[in-house]
Amino acid sequence: MFQPRSIQSSLSFRDKLFSIDYVLVLSILILGVVSMFAMYSTDGGQIKYHTESHIIRFFVFFLMFFILSFVQIRFWHDTSYLIYFAFLILLIGVKYFGLTSSGSQRWLNFYFMNLQPSELMKIGLILFLAKYYHRIPIESVNRLKFLFLPIFVLICPVLLVVMQPDLGTSILIASGGLVVAWLAGVRVKFFAYSILVFIALLPIAISFLKPYQKARILTFLNPEKDPLGAGYQIIQSKIAIGSGGLFGKGFLNGSQSYLDYLPEKHTDFIFTLFSEEFGFAGSIFILSLYALIVSRIVKIGNITRSNFGKLYCYSFATAFFIYVVVNMGMVLGLLPIVGSPLPIMSYGGSSMMAIMLGLGIAMSCKIYKDTPVN
Amino acid sequence: MFSSGSGNTVIKSKLISRRMFLLTVSKAVVVVGVLGRLISLQINESSKYKTLSDKNRFREWKLAPERGIIKDYFNTEIASNKQVYQIHLIPENTQSIEEIFVRLKTILNISDKKIFSLKKKIAKQKPWEPIIISDNLNWSEFSRINLFLHELQGVEPIVSVARVYKDSSSAHVLGYVSQVSAKDLKNKKYLKEMSVPGMAVGKTGLERRLDEQIIGEVGFQRYEVNAFGKRIKQIKVDPGKAGEHFKTTLDLEIQKYTAQILGDKAASVCVMDIYNGDIVSLVSSPSYDPNAFVHGVDRDYWNNLINNDKKPLTNKAVSGLYPPGSTIKTLVALSALENKIIRPLDTVKCKGKIELFGEKFHCWKKKGHGIMNMRTGIKRSCDVYFYEVARRLGVDRLSETAKKFGLGKKVLRDFFEERSGVVPSTSWKKKYIGQNWYLGETLHSGIGQGYFQSTPIQLCLMTAQIANGGFEIKPRILFDKRKNSLKEYLKFKNENPGQPLPADLLVSNFDLKPLFKNQENIKIIKDAMYSSSNEPGGTSYRSRLEDKRFTFAGKTGSSQIRKFTEAQREAEVKQEQLKYENRDHALFIAFAPVSDPKYAISVVVEHGGTGSSAAAPIAKKVIKKVLERHSLRQSIHSLPGDSI
Repeated sequence: MFQPRSIQSSLSFRDKLFSIDYVLVLSILILGVVSMFAMYSTDGGQIKYHTESHIIRFFVFFLMFFILSFVQIRFWHDTSYLIYFAFLILLIGVKYFGLTSSGSQRWLNFYFMNLQPSELMKIGLILFLAKYYHRIPIESVNRLKFLFLPIFVLICPVLLVVMQPDLGTSILIASGGLVVAWLAGVRVKFFAYSILVFIALLPIAISFLKPYQKARILTFLNPEKDPLGAGYQIIQSKIAIGSGGLFGKGFLNGSQSYLDYLPEKHTDFIFTLFSEEFGFAGSIFILSLYALIVSRIVKIGNITRSNFGKLYCYSFATAFFIYVVVNMGMVLGLLPIVGSPLPIMSYGGSSMMAIMLGLGIAMSCKIYKDTPVN
Repeated sequence: MFSSGSGNTVIKSKLISRRMFLLTVSKAVVVVGVLGRLISLQINESSKYKTLSDKNRFREWKLAPERGIIKDYFNTEIASNKQVYQIHLIPENTQSIEEIFVRLKTILNISDKKIFSLKKKIAKQKPWEPIIISDNLNWSEFSRINLFLHELQGVEPIVSVARVYKDSSSAHVLGYVSQVSAKDLKNKKYLKEMSVPGMAVGKTGLERRLDEQIIGEVGFQRYEVNAFGKRIKQIKVDPGKAGEHFKTTLDLEIQKYTAQILGDKAASVCVMDIYNGDIVSLVSSPSYDPNAFVHGVDRDYWNNLINNDKKPLTNKAVSGLYPPGSTIKTLVALSALENKIIRPLDTVKCKGKIELFGEKFHCWKKKGHGIMNMRTGIKRSCDVYFYEVARRLGVDRLSETAKKFGLGKKVLRDFFEERSGVVPSTSWKKKYIGQNWYLGETLHSGIGQGYFQSTPIQLCLMTAQIANGGFEIKPRILFDKRKNSLKEYLKFKNENPGQPLPADLLVSNFDLKPLFKNQENIKIIKDAMYSSSNEPGGTSYRSRLEDKRFTFAGKTGSSQIRKFTEAQREAEVKQEQLKYENRDHALFIAFAPVSDPKYAISVVVEHGGTGSSAAAPIAKKVIKKVLERHSLRQSIHSLPGDSI
């Protein structure tokens, strides 16, 4: 029988510490610090509630990321179904015990924080499918009976989140799952079929949409039509970014955000605020940091031996990329406004937690890159 | 097992890497897209968005400029500004418009109607534009508002300035100001950039004529505002510019005095300096309170004005049209002399009426005046004498003289409401009525009836130009240093005391234009007017002033509203017995003092009866007042070295 090379399983702590990807860690830290300054600016140049809790969250979850990095990759592989189901149960819990805010039921009240399970599900689904496609033989990937389970585990959380209603997060969850399936080798035709089915179901879906969601989509198509109504956010965000110019208006001088023209400036529009104050140069800086983070995760995927690790890292990197791009596309007026936070930068504990969890697992892939999972 | 499992894993891993490569390529494309968008927004279109951002950031509130002051000749303010207490409401700062109005209604006395119209206005304008709830609160209302201010979010107490008129004697000359109307905005170009809530514009009179200069320049306050319209900080203030001040030639004392004499008669008085054309007094009555319009006129008050038969809103002195009646006889006589139609001593016998062209022409004196020459004809205002003169003169020559002396065209350019009247001629009738001239109409014209229409200011100008020896003057109501030839005139007078002005000197030194062919003719007319006022039998003899300083020479006139029927004539119906609206208009023109004429006056009393009984007594009082103030008037602008 095949004897797994067990050298890695008995790595010393020093070895583990050395094999951490410090470029990735540094990028995350820099991004974290930048986000603190941005948050400080949204508080009007003071350390107020948002800044304070953002700093605490960042460091708490950064610590969590660091600790999780040392968890054996095998553990993640072994518990991934469990993790998925735990998150699914939390999501179902939201439906019954969730807190409602601005018309959407998304949060569970825990003693120390209000948790948004849909954010965690972004990672949970990737983990589940990574394990699933890791385990089934390559010939079976495109067999119909092996497609049912992935579809099922994807549809369940997506439907639960859509019903909250939270269109943005459900799209992001689904996109993470689809990326895993794509990487695992699911044929293009299945994606094509599902797109056809999706289009066929669209009218039905639209009838389920809340009026404000319909308005958002229409607004995206023509924001100037109703500048004081639904298109307000897109227009104001474009004005803020555009008026930043090459080098921005200067730290704490973003008039658009200061004078409250920017809605949701702590969360979805944090990039707008930063871009207004630091201009094109600042935007490029942020974009480069994200590109660096994504490429480091992809690099981990490249050197990881196990297909579980590869699938996870590639999928997570791509999902992370999608989160960033969807958020930027949104604030730049390229995509409709669907609530989607900018990883690490945006205010929000659950999103920070989910991203740090995802990064932790990726880092564990790095540390245990040569360890087989089964 | 091992090899196959391993192979499987390797194949799988290769597949994953291949697909990841495809994903990476598409990611790169997406990143390029995002980058492109950033470049387009932050570099290419940055200036456009910077402008938009500033537009968001700054908001300007316009400030109504202070209106210029209008003064009289003695620098007394006749139209000035006073502090007023107002409350404004900024709709977007309120929590509920409805609630605010309910609260305001309990604090102030606002009618439901007013609230309704205010709400309609609010719906039309931008939410951050203030709306004036009340623009003229008294102190107790204003302090009550301030007391409750903490409960009235969005309400702002404002101390502003508004027009105030000291008295109503000059109401018609000054006109009034009122809120800008949609029509004003459309018609008056200078208002385009000036739409400031609460700003008043001139609607009539000088206020309207001078509006563009007197209104001033709008100022503004620029604030940085947040998305909710709340002012964060003041960026810039431009206080605007107060309007120009204007000085008129009017004498407020005389205005008041005249207005008081006229009372509520439908009448007008015009007094003019015969040398420089300065209008010393221009009063129309009954008057109205121009202050009533400043803050929006009360409906009842407005209806009262509109429905009043005496037409208090009309400036009768410049826009009232009356047949000149017998006052025209001065010009008929002058025209006849100038055209050598008749000599002063040629006589005509008046038997009370003559029959010409198959029509009976009556003299006002049924029994007739007997033998009349030019002097007695004017003195006693004999109609038959002038029928004969007019017949020989013909309407066209009369018309020429009348026009020369200022009838038939606007006298001032300062009033939009001024009218030009009618000086009939054969060509005029052909053009405007489309008929040929009848000879009988010449006779009517000869006594200032028929088609003749003139304004009191025209009659005053006519008299002034006769009184000054027959020179053209350009009447003015705005004080003007440059054109004032008074100084030279006064200098000449001081150096040659008591000496009448030689004509050629006036012509050359004062740049005057003679209206006569032979100045002797003017003297004959002036002498005839003297006799009319100061010799027994003269039509205004009863109103004479015997004091040499005030003695005036005048001519009465009564213009018929409706032709007397034969029956009325037989019954010798007196004017007092007629219905008010059928009575004749009473006219009187004069110049004074006779020895050294300085001023001309015209008085018109609508439906006053005869000129001698209704108009001359008024003129007598006003003339006295004007002459009493003459030296004062001169002293104020003739001090040596003082610029005039």
